[in-house]
Amino acid sequence: MSQEVRIKRGLNLRLKGKAEKQIHNIASSSVYALQPSDFPGLTPKMLVAEGDEVLAGQPVFCDKLDPRKLFCAPVSGEISSIDRGDKRIIEAVRILPDAEVRYAPVTALPASGREETIQWLLSSGAWPFIRTRPYAVIANPDETPKAIFVSCFQTAPLGAEPEFALNGQEALFAAGVEVLKRLSPGPVHLNIDGSAAAPRFISDVKGAQVNRFFGPHPASNVGVQIHHIDPINKGECVWYVQPQDVVLIGRLALDKRYDTERVVAVCGIGVLKPQYVKMRLGAQLAPALHGNLAAGKQRVVSGDILTGRKASAEGFLGNYHAQITVIPEGEEPEFFGWLLPDPKKFSLSRTLFSWLNPKAEYALDTNMHGEERAFVVTGEYEKVFPFDIYPVPLLKAILAEDIERMERLGVYEVAEEDFALCEVVCTSKIPLQETVRRGLDLLRKEMM
Amino acid sequence: MKAARKFFETVRPNFLPGGKYEKLYPVYDAFETFAFVPGHTAHSGAHIRDAIDLKRTMVTVIIAMIPCLLFGMYNVGLQHFLALGQADAPFLDMFLFGALKVMPMVIVSYAVGLGVEFAFAIVKKHSINEGYLVSGMLIPLIMPVDIPLWMVAVSTIFAVVIGKEVFGGTGMNILNPALTARAFAFFAYPSWMSGDKVWVNTSGGATVDGYSGSTILGNLAVTGRSGSEYADWSMAEMIIGTIPGSIGETSKIAVAIGAFILLWTGIASWRIMLMSAVGALSMGLIFNGLAGAGTSPEIQAYLSIPFWQHLIIGSWAFATVFMATDPVSGAQTNMGKMWYGFFIGFFGIMIRVFNPAYPEGMMLAILLMNVFAPLIDHYVVEANVRRRLKRVQPITAKA
Repeated sequence: MSQEVRIKRGLNLRLKGKAEKQIHNIASSSVYALQPSDFPGLTPKMLVAEGDEVLAGQPVFCDKLDPRKLFCAPVSGEISSIDRGDKRIIEAVRILPDAEVRYAPVTALPASGREETIQWLLSSGAWPFIRTRPYAVIANPDETPKAIFVSCFQTAPLGAEPEFALNGQEALFAAGVEVLKRLSPGPVHLNIDGSAAAPRFISDVKGAQVNRFFGPHPASNVGVQIHHIDPINKGECVWYVQPQDVVLIGRLALDKRYDTERVVAVCGIGVLKPQYVKMRLGAQLAPALHGNLAAGKQRVVSGDILTGRKASAEGFLGNYHAQITVIPEGEEPEFFGWLLPDPKKFSLSRTLFSWLNPKAEYALDTNMHGEERAFVVTGEYEKVFPFDIYPVPLLKAILAEDIERMERLGVYEVAEEDFALCEVVCTSKIPLQETVRRGLDLLRKEMM
Repeated sequence: MKAARKFFETVRPNFLPGGKYEKLYPVYDAFETFAFVPGHTAHSGAHIRDAIDLKRTMVTVIIAMIPCLLFGMYNVGLQHFLALGQADAPFLDMFLFGALKVMPMVIVSYAVGLGVEFAFAIVKKHSINEGYLVSGMLIPLIMPVDIPLWMVAVSTIFAVVIGKEVFGGTGMNILNPALTARAFAFFAYPSWMSGDKVWVNTSGGATVDGYSGSTILGNLAVTGRSGSEYADWSMAEMIIGTIPGSIGETSKIAVAIGAFILLWTGIASWRIMLMSAVGALSMGLIFNGLAGAGTSPEIQAYLSIPFWQHLIIGSWAFATVFMATDPVSGAQTNMGKMWYGFFIGFFGIMIRVFNPAYPEGMMLAILLMNVFAPLIDHYVVEANVRRRLKRVQPITAKA
């Protein structure tokens, strides 16, 4: 049943600033926000107004195209403002929290039945945590996935380790998996790091398929795992959930409350003491960074360094993020920086000198190290792209908006995060993740 | 460094919109980004980036070409003094003589080529691409020493305009720009690109008795003499490179150093280089096998040259290392690169032996395969598509 997969192509970036495995107490956030931009392709429809009181787990907005998909408040409190941007698009719905979190009542998990369980997940606000490939968006409750994937390890640089973050939540995780098992006639895949012992939090799980993955990042990307275990063809879909969200579903089932609290890694060389903290989704990042930011201009990222969203200390924890990464902004122009060798620079190629010291840990900033150019160098994406897919022809098909060609070249199997490493190593500095997301959005629009 | 920074800050307003020279902004931008890697930060996607950029890539290729350039300078002088019967001239004299011949060609190539690039960048309002840094060095290295500078200039203009800019600039071109320049010169000014008058500079004196001035391949095409007697040069001389030929291609040792740099840094594809060797050796073996079928003793002799010597005579090595591996005009998929490289070696040797009008076949073989590279890639990618479509069937059958 269980499979072993060895990933050869990829890259483990060794960065300084890994979080120390200890949970530090921080002040609770003084403001929370729900940000529709966390959910690609979503047009929100407000269900509450400014000044309304909400309970934790009470819907704040829904998907305009599918009002069954509800997005719930992480805490109880008052809707303090609805921030709008260009064309009156909703950027954030801010909530001023009560001193003590009050939870909205949650109905009991139905005893069995796929439809009933989906209904329960939709009404309880847990649905947005279930996403689907293709497209990497919130799952469509009317579809039946051929399998469900949970990636139970993390290979992204400085990644928050689920093994540590989910410590002591074995029962909740197992309860979450029980719920997920009802959603698909196929198996629930728990994918673990093959080179380490099985994580403790999956020890209570019964009836799931545990697959062992070996190799460098992006081995922990669910797209890579699906590609190697149960690849998606046109018309099929696979759903996936992050481990901490499996716990959230388990808690909904067992404790009957919508509690988004999770262990979050605060890491990167921009923080003085990289550590783990407990936060709820949508919390402001400031308390986690308070007194812990290095001097100088820093970039605060909600999420990991490869795929996370640029934020600031006043920004909020994204819906799918278990990590806050801070690195310096590299805004200084560099005198003949392309010519002079600098051992502090990282390059996958051997044109610089990072190959001299393969074990070195790097302190990288956000500098682009060059300007955007046309595709010139070939064969470099393939080194970090463990799919049986040709990345450059696919990207060119996306740029040309040629949907039929995108389909033939395998667009259904990828999402922007799978191109993150390609984007890092790209000599021509082409914005790949943005391109892939545009392609997926275009495709989705055509399919609807 | 601070002074340079200050200088750019002071003159920048002149080039910004509304400034006196706003149209020349791409030129200013090229110089500023040459001196300073801009402080641009990642604005979308991954927040960290590899330190490599196109400038670094291109400068590495140029570094790989420097041994060829330096040896080429020395060899130009050496051949000159040998032809005049002054083999005992000091090393420095030879080098300086060569440098004085070669540097003007390098300067003309860069000045003219970059001039065209700047003009296009200004008209099309895009930033200047680094691609020409390599082409500009390659063009003089693949020309005979006696070609007039204006021909270098005209060939360069043709190569940059027709070979590259009409397709949209670096990254979009179909043919290798440097080879386009050489092919243009070859067909426009054949008497300056072949024969026995152009490979050695014999100005300033009478040549010694027995001097021919032709290249080995030129000789072979005419006489077809075989073995190490097929020319006036020994195997060692061909490897070291003290023979007449295009400026940069004669020394196999210098080319090998370049190949090592390109392969070690991972800039050039080992697949192309390896398979070009395989292709050339296969063709050589086929010729060896067919030697008896030659229609004349000359052709029979040419066909029976030991197959491996094709890698040492002529410019197979230089063309394979520096020209075939151009990522833009070559095949782009890993499997495609294997076929692309194979056919370059295969056809290069075929043209060399069978067509006396083209003593060296590598230029035409690479240009031909440049044209076919997209087709090769197409079949490689389609094979992938078919393989992926096949995957569907067992799954649907199960359901």
